[in-house]
Amino acid sequence: MSRLSVFLVAVFCIIGAAAAQSGGAIEVKNAWARATPGGAENGAAYLTLEAPAGDRLTAVSTPVAKKAELHIMSMDGGIMKMRPLDGIDLAPGQETSLKPGGAHIMLMGLNRPLQAGQTFPLTLQFEKSGAREVQVHVEKFGAMAPSQAAGTMPVGGGAPPVSGH
Amino acid sequence: MLILAAGALVGMAFRDGPKGAAGSLLASSIGGPFHLTDQNGKVFTDADLKGKWNLVFFGYTHCPDTCPTALNEISLAMDKLGKRRDLVRVVFISVDPERDTPPVLKSYVESFDAPIVALSGTAEEVKQAAASYRVYYAKHNRADGGYDMDHSAVIYVMDPQGRFTATFTPDTQADAMATRLAKLMS
Repeated sequence: MSRLSVFLVAVFCIIGAAAAQSGGAIEVKNAWARATPGGAENGAAYLTLEAPAGDRLTAVSTPVAKKAELHIMSMDGGIMKMRPLDGIDLAPGQETSLKPGGAHIMLMGLNRPLQAGQTFPLTLQFEKSGAREVQVHVEKFGAMAPSQAAGTMPVGGGAPPVSGH
Repeated sequence: MLILAAGALVGMAFRDGPKGAAGSLLASSIGGPFHLTDQNGKVFTDADLKGKWNLVFFGYTHCPDTCPTALNEISLAMDKLGKRRDLVRVVFISVDPERDTPPVLKSYVESFDAPIVALSGTAEEVKQAAASYRVYYAKHNRADGGYDMDHSAVIYVMDPQGRFTATFTPDTQADAMATRLAKLMS
């Protein structure tokens, strides 16, 4: 191998690594859920996502509910409808927020009511970047937005332990 | 955006309640007879509404987003009414009687600060109540065998004589609700 090719390989490696870095890490912010009323079997979780290179959220799961799905709530002539979504597209470099009155992560068949102050793990499945686990902070009953405490959630490994149980 | 637009549309259509041109027709056709069962297993009919202002909202407990939002805003609005909160009754009617039995409804509404009368009944009784309030609801089956309910998400304000007076949408904030109610009651 000539000196030039070694140099070129090295350059490509650096470029490749840089590209992977800028295109990789999806930012997950403000993952929160609302405390649920007694006896409610379902709950909803919300969060904000940003994929620098674009991606698609395709599935969700959590140990606190039998099933988690992506849903969209819509109002059509005063009629509320809720429908499952196959996925949520994340445009490159653009924030996508799941919030009350729109798209949400529907937690179906909660093992127990969600109580304010708890946190629970939620695994997000992305088309390109694979699985990510985030910690969801449970806000008080009727909250419309995450409190300061929810903050920016670390993603990937090393998630803090589940608390509040 | 779609939600806001739809909400605004409903809001505009009903804003002036029975006084508006379109409202006069609607006013006479909203509200009417029903025979349901409350969360304590007691019969509750339209006759039990009389003598108080009533906020009537149809929903279901498996609804994770809109229904708790609306009930919570109503609950907060009641708080803001101060002494006058005793003049208003909050009535939550389930469009999902199959799953929303009185015990389920009892534990559900107890989570809210304001006292809420939660009603359900047989499929036929719920159908009758919804018809009285011009409320649309339909079961939407999911692929996994479960179901969700599509339903009109309008909060009706009925006066102590049982007359339709105004509406709120689930995204009406507690402050706006309390202000409007206080004005209607004065």
